[in-house]
This record gives sequence, structure tokens and C-alpha cells, in this order.
Amino acid sequence: MSQMTTTSLIINGKRQSVTALPDTPLMWILREDLKLTGTKFGCGVGQCGACMVHVDGKSVFSCLLPIKDMAGRSITTIEGLSPNSTHKLQKAWIAEQVPQCGYCQSGQIMRAADLLKNNPRPTREQIVEHMSTNICRCGTYARIVRAIERAAKEA
Amino acid sequence: MTSIVQQPESGIDIGRRRFMTGAAGFTFGLATGLPILGSTTGAAHAATEGNALSPWVTIYGDGTIAIMSPAAEMGQGSLTSLPLILAEELDADWAKVRVVPAPPIEKIYGNPGFNGLMYTAGSFAVNGYFKALRTFGAQVRMVLLHNAAQKWNVPVAELSTGPSVVVHSKSGQRISYGELAAFAVVPDKAPEIKPEQLKKTSEFRLIGHDVQRVELPHKVNGTAQYSIDAQVPGMIYAAVLRSPVEGGAPETVDDSGARDIEGFIGTVRLPYGIGVLASAPWAALKGKSALKVTWTRGGKAWDHSSEKGFRDFAATARDESQTGISWEKVGDAASAMKQAAGVLEAEYLCDYAYHAQMEPLNSIASVSAAGDAVEIWCGTQSQSMACAAAAKALAIPYEKVKFNGMLLGGGFGRRGHRDEEFVVESVLLSKEAKRPVKLLWTREDDVRNGRFRPIYVQRLRAGFDGQGHIVAWHHRIVCDQVLAFQDPERYKLFKGADGIALRGGELKTYDIPNRYAEGILVDTGVRTSSLRGIGVGPTKFAIEAFLDEVATQRGIDPVALRLELLKDQPRATAVVEEVARMAEWGKKRQDGRALGFAYIDYTGSQLGGIAEVSVDRASGVIRVHKFWCTIDCGIAIQPDNVIAQTESSIVYGLGLALTERITFHDGAISETNFHNYPVPRMRDVPEMIIKLMPTDNHPTGAGQMSTPLVAPAIANAVFQLTGVRLRHAPMLPEKVKQALLEADRKVA
Repeated sequence: MSQMTTTSLIINGKRQSVTALPDTPLMWILREDLKLTGTKFGCGVGQCGACMVHVDGKSVFSCLLPIKDMAGRSITTIEGLSPNSTHKLQKAWIAEQVPQCGYCQSGQIMRAADLLKNNPRPTREQIVEHMSTNICRCGTYARIVRAIERAAKEA
Repeated sequence: MTSIVQQPESGIDIGRRRFMTGAAGFTFGLATGLPILGSTTGAAHAATEGNALSPWVTIYGDGTIAIMSPAAEMGQGSLTSLPLILAEELDADWAKVRVVPAPPIEKIYGNPGFNGLMYTAGSFAVNGYFKALRTFGAQVRMVLLHNAAQKWNVPVAELSTGPSVVVHSKSGQRISYGELAAFAVVPDKAPEIKPEQLKKTSEFRLIGHDVQRVELPHKVNGTAQYSIDAQVPGMIYAAVLRSPVEGGAPETVDDSGARDIEGFIGTVRLPYGIGVLASAPWAALKGKSALKVTWTRGGKAWDHSSEKGFRDFAATARDESQTGISWEKVGDAASAMKQAAGVLEAEYLCDYAYHAQMEPLNSIASVSAAGDAVEIWCGTQSQSMACAAAAKALAIPYEKVKFNGMLLGGGFGRRGHRDEEFVVESVLLSKEAKRPVKLLWTREDDVRNGRFRPIYVQRLRAGFDGQGHIVAWHHRIVCDQVLAFQDPERYKLFKGADGIALRGGELKTYDIPNRYAEGILVDTGVRTSSLRGIGVGPTKFAIEAFLDEVATQRGIDPVALRLELLKDQPRATAVVEEVARMAEWGKKRQDGRALGFAYIDYTGSQLGGIAEVSVDRASGVIRVHKFWCTIDCGIAIQPDNVIAQTESSIVYGLGLALTERITFHDGAISETNFHNYPVPRMRDVPEMIIKLMPTDNHPTGAGQMSTPLVAPAIANAVFQLTGVRLRHAPMLPEKVKQALLEADRKVA
């Protein structure tokens, strides 16, 4: 028998309580229970990165994290990255006109934010290696690199 | 600030409008005081009433101009570029333009270049709508001019317009479009616009000057709305276990495992699968995984495999007693081939390929209690096909379908099938559930129940005169049928010639006097689809790699061969010469690298491409370091977006060329997710050097044009480097390794 349980966690600085099957991936909780739909479902197996969020400050595949393991953890989604899209990466993403279909871009931005936090001036090789966890089927990679470099310069 | 609004909440009450047939043969609205468009933008216009000058344009008292955008937005930028074309001729202030997705009314918003369908595909949105949208814009501008002339009692000829303002320079009077809209009277008949009344390209202030795509700000903060993001009151979730093979139906069903899951509601039997309803998405997905289903062996695909397909198709291709459907016939290829001084022949193969749009298929439907109406939320490449398919499924009139068009998390051809099966699936589930249903496909479903670019076996034969010039060309294309499966209605228009599968087999620009391209379309029973680049991908791979072989046989440079074949084609010559210059073609590369070249004419757009590659002989892995590309797509509406689409198409082409393969065994697909269907990641992508070379010609499309360049350019580069011809795409490492070993053995 698979029964629902209640988990308390911190989402974008706010304490939230959710009731769900304990193995429900965090990604579905964010999207359907909390209506934070910027975090996307892409592959469900940690291959594409469309679901990337920060858990305790580190970028992770939210499709791989059972909600039962999230008790007390602090989660930041694209909606919580900045008020009014003012994060330097979001501004750089617009300046470089990065998104096409846009579906993967929340995950890309969350992944890039993690990089710049730990490595404010990454080399191009470091950017490419770090960002290769995330798939963009529209192939906006060249612009993502440029946007990260732009944001790093403006830091 | 330009802003996008979601589909008007109340819709647009077209029934209350009177329409006149305009000069261009398109309907032109005659109305004032109509319901307000785009109520979801919030309060901005809630209290004002706009003047709907046409079904395409409404101008509000504050100067806001709402322009309908008829295409689906899947990343290609049409949501912006189509209204921009209209705004250009309207002479609108773009900062005051608000883009509104057009409702699914084909007779008004259908693509004139697509037989009036509301169908976003083939990189044909700008191409097909360009003339009409310019005319509509100019008509509305003319109406405004006449109204201003009447108000000031001056001749229309003395008036001009600036961004959203009518000016009478003699008297110095000015009136804004917003002020005019407050009293403008719309004539019974749309004013006629002669071609010479449209702007000259030199007068464009929007077209050819980049504006920001309207939906972009929503795509960096998580607020862009795709159908998978929508939620409807009372909604439940559904997942479906479908037959692994096309044509199968559920035989025995054991859902006892699913019943143990809290949140599980029940199952629904569909003709081809079992739907699981649940109160949460995870319960639906878990429930689906817990089903035990056996399948009937309906349909004809159960013994199909990629291997068998290649074997059968190759036999067909070689058996010239089997004649195909003519795709292009110029001169007399058969006679010229017989008289040729020499003949070269080769066979090229392509595997099945999968779209892999980032957003797995999904759809929300809410069927009315009586089953006589439905509301749908979906990301489709055809608003009208989605509505028609939903209506057909419920046997209700088209008008009883309320459509909510959402952004598409990629399309690439997957979401433009006539049956719109994923939309219909949600409708059927909602009908059974008697509640709104959000249907979710997992990535595995999206692969397992995908619709694929077919496998191809192509035989090419070139006949030469005594000097080695090509005098005869014969191209036999054998592949799974596509259009007959994807869109039986459009298939009828092509009279058997599959306009998706065979596209690209034509050689419109090459100076080859006698040529024949024919197609043999096979119904293997598997699901097929248009996929970015459609038939142009496989056919140009074969053609451009084969021409490289021709150049080698003749002992001339491959670029020189193309320039010879394109000598009467100035646009083609320009892109070829320029890409060769950019890449320093002819200059030998160091570090185990070499260049390969390809040229294509894609529905009129002209492209040259050069790949710089290296090959790891031990693993067979091909690495593309640089890719140069030139593109002339005629008038470039949004130049930077054309560059972006070209980058995008190159990356897509890279995957199809090197790593992406769908494999059929026993009628089912072996691949499941991105780990065994690898698409390009950032580390795989070459440096791309792209030059847009716009001309004043009619725009001919940019959304997929460079995809077909990539595979032949790579194959030709590998030949330069290794002397080995790779004639099977994707050029997977194991195949490359094998080919290199065989070549070494021959030398030894």
C-alpha cells in the first residue's frame, strides 16, 4: 500500500507543508501542489536538467528527489531566484536573447546561478563542463555561454 | 513595452462582426465597439473599448494596438515576427503593440501559403503570411488616413504616417492612431492596396531591425505558460500505458497494483491503451507503471525492425522494375544515362529519428457534463487541427470546442499531425472521468509512442559526358511513408507524392540537364512524422555527400564543382563563395582536422555550410570543432532571430548526423530516454560562425534550413581526413570505427 505523508520544507524562503506519496519527486510537488511551474518536467531521470532547482544552495535535479527526503530542506526555484527577474543571469539571458521555446531555460538559469555563486569568473571550459548537465533541444548553447560570460563580467 | 497576452479569456465574438471580402480576397472586419481583446492582461484595457479595424487589428484610445498572431510559438519567434510584418505596413509604434494569439478560425487566420490551414510548420509562417499581413497592415493604415483626411478636410494624398501617427505636413497637424481610433469609421469594403503602395524594403523600420521577442521576459522567470503548466479547477491527472507497437490493443488488464496507490481513481480503456486516472501526477504515473497489460497483435508493425526495413528498402531500391512516384523530372534522365560516358553510383542510408522536444506531450481537456462541448489547453502546431480532432472525437460541432493555445516546449513537427492524438486522448479521458483531466506523457511515453522520421535507403546515380560534367541524374528514394500517416487530407493534395518524405529530392538550382527523382513510400505500419528538416535532411545528406564523391572522381574541388553547377544562380553562388571565404576553404588544417562542404536550396532559402572535424580512430567518435554557415532567406524579418534559428538548426542537425538513432525491434522502440537517445549537449557543440546574407526577395524561411547541411558537411570532412566515405547517418562511433578498420584492411 502506498500512502500519503506530510512533509514540511522551505520553498523560496517560505515554510510549506505538503501531503503526498512519500516517493513523489520534488519536481511534481513544486509544479502541481505549489504551482511553481517554472521548474519543468523533461525526462524524469536526471538527464536533461529542465527540473533544476537549488536545494540548500546547490543545483540539483528535482525530478530525482523524493519529497520524504526534503523535510526541513531549503529550496529555491526560478520563481525565487530574484524579485522581478533582476538576477544578473536573467538580465544577461534577455540581453543575449537566449530562449527559444524556453522550456529548459529555468533549469539552465538555476544551473548557471550555482556556477557563478561558487566561481564568479569561470573560464569558457568551466562553463561548458558545468552546463553540460542540461539539455536545450533548441540548441541555444552558444547564447547561454555568452549570457553567463556577460553576467560574470557584470558581477 | 510590448507585451504578450494569453488567449483572450472570453474569446472573440466573431459572430457579432460583419465581414467584407477585402481587396486581397481575405476577410476584413467591419466593426466598432466590439468586445475587448486580451482581457487577461489585466486592468490596462478592461475599462476601455478598442476599435476593431479588422479581425487582425484593434486600436485602443490610449494608442495600444492589439495585433493577432496566427502561428503557434514553439521557439521559432513567429509570435513576434508575424505581427511585426503587419505593424510595419500599418506604420505602428511597436512599443504600443500588444500581441494576441489568434483564435482557431481558419477562414480568417489560416496560412494562405498552407491552403488556409492554421498550421505552423515547414518554416512557412513568415513565408506564407508575408504578403497577406503586409496587405492587412496597409489596409488599416489606409482606413486611418481616410478618417484623418475627412476630419481635417484635406486630400488623403497630402497625408503621411510616422510611428502610430498621421501627419499633415502642410498644416502641421498630427493625430495619433489612438485618437483616430476613438472616432474612426471603417468602410464597408476594405480598401484595395496595390503592390506599389506597400513600403519599399529600404523604408522598413521594423522588418530587418531586431525587436525583442514578445514572450522572452516570461521565459527567464518561470512565468511562460505551456500546457503542462495549466491547472483547471477540479482537474485530475492521467497517464496512459499504450501498446508498444502501433496497432495493438489491450487484451488482458490487471490493475490490482495500481489500486493500492493512494490517489488512484480508476482506469479507462482506450482503443490502444489503458488510461490511469489519479488525484496527483505521481499517483497516475505510478499507477501506470503498476499495470499489467497484454496486447493484441493488431496492425502490421509487429515484425518490423530497423534492420528488416533497411534490408527490404535496399532490395526495393536496387530493383529497378519497381517504379516510384515521380518527385522531380527534368529532361530525359534515362536516355541521357544510357548515353553517358561514365556513371557513378552510391547508396545512402538514414535511421529513424525522434523529435525530443523538451516538453513531453501533454494536454488538458474539460468535457461538459452532457458531452456536448469541450475546452482544451494544449501546445499544438495546428490550432484548427486540434479543435477539429477534439470535435470529431466527441461528435460535436467545431464551434463547441473552446481552445486555449499555449506556448510549445518545442515542436519540431511532432505536434502537427492531423489526428492530434495527444489532444484527443485527453478529451476521451475527460469524457470518461467526467472531470477536467491533465494528461501527462512521460519522456519514456514520448519515445515509446513517438512518431519518427523514417528510415531511408537512397540510390543515386550520376552520368557524365566525356569532360566529366554531370549530364544525367537519377535519385531513388525508398522510405516509410510519412504524409499518408501524418495527414491523410494533405496527402490527397500531393496525389501520392509524399511532400514531407521526399522534400529535398528536387535540385532546382543545380545545372543538371536531365534528372529524375522518384520515391517509393512503404507502409511498414510504424508511426512516422515530419521532423525538423523533414525529407530535406536525408535527401540532401545523400545528394551533397554524393556530389562530394563526384568531385573526387572528377578530381576537382567540391566547392568548385558546386560553383560550376550553380553558375546561373547568383544567390546560391554568393552563399557558397562567402562560406568558403569565411572558412578559408582550401587552406589545409592542422592537428588532424579537415573541412567538408555542403550547399542546399531549401524551399528557396540558400545555404552554404562547412564543417571542421577530427576523428578519434580508436573510438570512432567524430568531433565537430567549427561550423561555418551562410544563409540567404530573402528578406530577414528579425535578423538576430534568423541567426538564432540557424544556430539552433545546426545543433539539431549535429545530433541527427552523429548520435540520434531510434531502433525498432519486433515493432517496438529500443530507446527510452536521453541516456540512450543522446542529443547534443553544450560540450558537443562546435563554434558556429554564421553570416546572414539577406536579399530583397520574398522571405523563404529560416527555422530549420541549416539542419540538413550538417550531416553531409561532416561526412565530406571525414572523407577529406580519412579517405573513408560515411554513407549512413547517424555516423555513430561504432560504425565509423568499423568503416575506418575496413579501409585500413583494404590498404593492408
